[in-house]
Amino acid sequence: MTRALWTHLMKDLRIEWRSLDALISMLFFSGLVVVLFSIAFEPQGAFARQIAGGVLCVATMFASVSALNQAWAREIRHQVMDAQRMVPASGAELYLAKVLANFLFVTIVQIILAPFFIIFYNLHIVGQGWLLALVLPLGTWALVSNGVFFAALSIRTRNRELLLSLILFPIFIPALLAMVQATTSILTGESDPTLWIKMLVGYDILFTTVSLLLFDVVFHAE
Amino acid sequence: MKKFAIGFYAALTVALMVWGFYQAMYVAPNDAMQGEIFRIIYYHVPSATVAFTFFGVNLVGCIGYLASRRDHHERAQRYDAWALAGAEVGVVFCTVVLITGPIWGRRAWGIWWTWDARLTTTLVLWLIYVSYLLLRRFAAGPQMQTLAAVLGIFGAVDVPIVYMSNRWWRTQHPSPVFFSSSPGAGMAWSMARVLLWNMLAWFCWGALILILRYNVERKHQQNAAAEAREALESNT
Repeated sequence: MTRALWTHLMKDLRIEWRSLDALISMLFFSGLVVVLFSIAFEPQGAFARQIAGGVLCVATMFASVSALNQAWAREIRHQVMDAQRMVPASGAELYLAKVLANFLFVTIVQIILAPFFIIFYNLHIVGQGWLLALVLPLGTWALVSNGVFFAALSIRTRNRELLLSLILFPIFIPALLAMVQATTSILTGESDPTLWIKMLVGYDILFTTVSLLLFDVVFHAE
Repeated sequence: MKKFAIGFYAALTVALMVWGFYQAMYVAPNDAMQGEIFRIIYYHVPSATVAFTFFGVNLVGCIGYLASRRDHHERAQRYDAWALAGAEVGVVFCTVVLITGPIWGRRAWGIWWTWDARLTTTLVLWLIYVSYLLLRRFAAGPQMQTLAAVLGIFGAVDVPIVYMSNRWWRTQHPSPVFFSSSPGAGMAWSMARVLLWNMLAWFCWGALILILRYNVERKHQQNAAAEAREALESNT
């Protein structure tokens, strides 16, 4: 089980390490979103804390779509995807490896973005800041696990890059809501984020399970 | 015979709808608090019920298709047609809900829209099933049916989460009219009776459209299969 997963994961990380395509495009794009929102709203003080959570989550969401579109498009060249379909290993491992790799990319982007974010929004975190280290990975996992799945689903359709956003965002809405609410309540310190963190955990477990179960169906769809 | 049955059923449905309209507009009393605008409930609530039921039909169709696509081709095609019909007609009824809701809310609450549990759930549901229909449009061939079925299941899994998340968030929409335990949620029998008539009428109407859409999709599938066969035979 783990060996196939490890091989896929290492391969994806190596490709990314050599080209840095996904990381650079994501970083630049999410940085742009942060700057644009900062110019549009000129956030200061309490107002900055109110909107910062939402901006961060939406910036991550838009940025990761560009990486997710790349995730499977790379496999189309030289019929790699067809080869992977013939491999006797289960598709779930391939899926999980892709999710782990993309999760890592998005997390790196978030870590690099965080200082700029604090500078542009003049942020002063009122609540328990360390909880962000829990909320952001949970939200990112929700985004990436669904995103990789739907990218595999939309890869064989017309307009696939557009279609990924069209089918991913509606499904992602509850997780986005929980992520934004949790981040905002941590930044403002006005309410307790526990309920939203629990909801994110539930969402992650549920959708990762459904994705793992249904991935072979999508991957081998004829 | 089948045509006659559908025609008879259609006539019955139209009669029911006329009766329901008469009841809603002339027989039902004005609401003590809201006055005339309250009558929109006779269209808003039945449409919502029908929409949610048809999304249920879509889920059954999706699961049925995935379960039978390998061994029972014909049965899988029928399930797929039900899934498509459920999603399409469901989206139409959901659109009616989303249009009548703000009209009512504007008069009753003073605002067009609020991010409340039921409103958000309905909107997200609408978005999910529109994306389902878009996927069906953008993908081609038999793999489209499989991909759409998977997305249908994902959408259905999402609904309870959306609902619960918004319930925790905020709620402004009144509780369900029937089978609700919260105080002030029930309604007088003179209104509930009218609501039930309209619910029946709109259910029959929805079912009629659903059946017609199912038949159209079956014809479409059969034509596509015949064309594929002809193309194969002409090559040899």
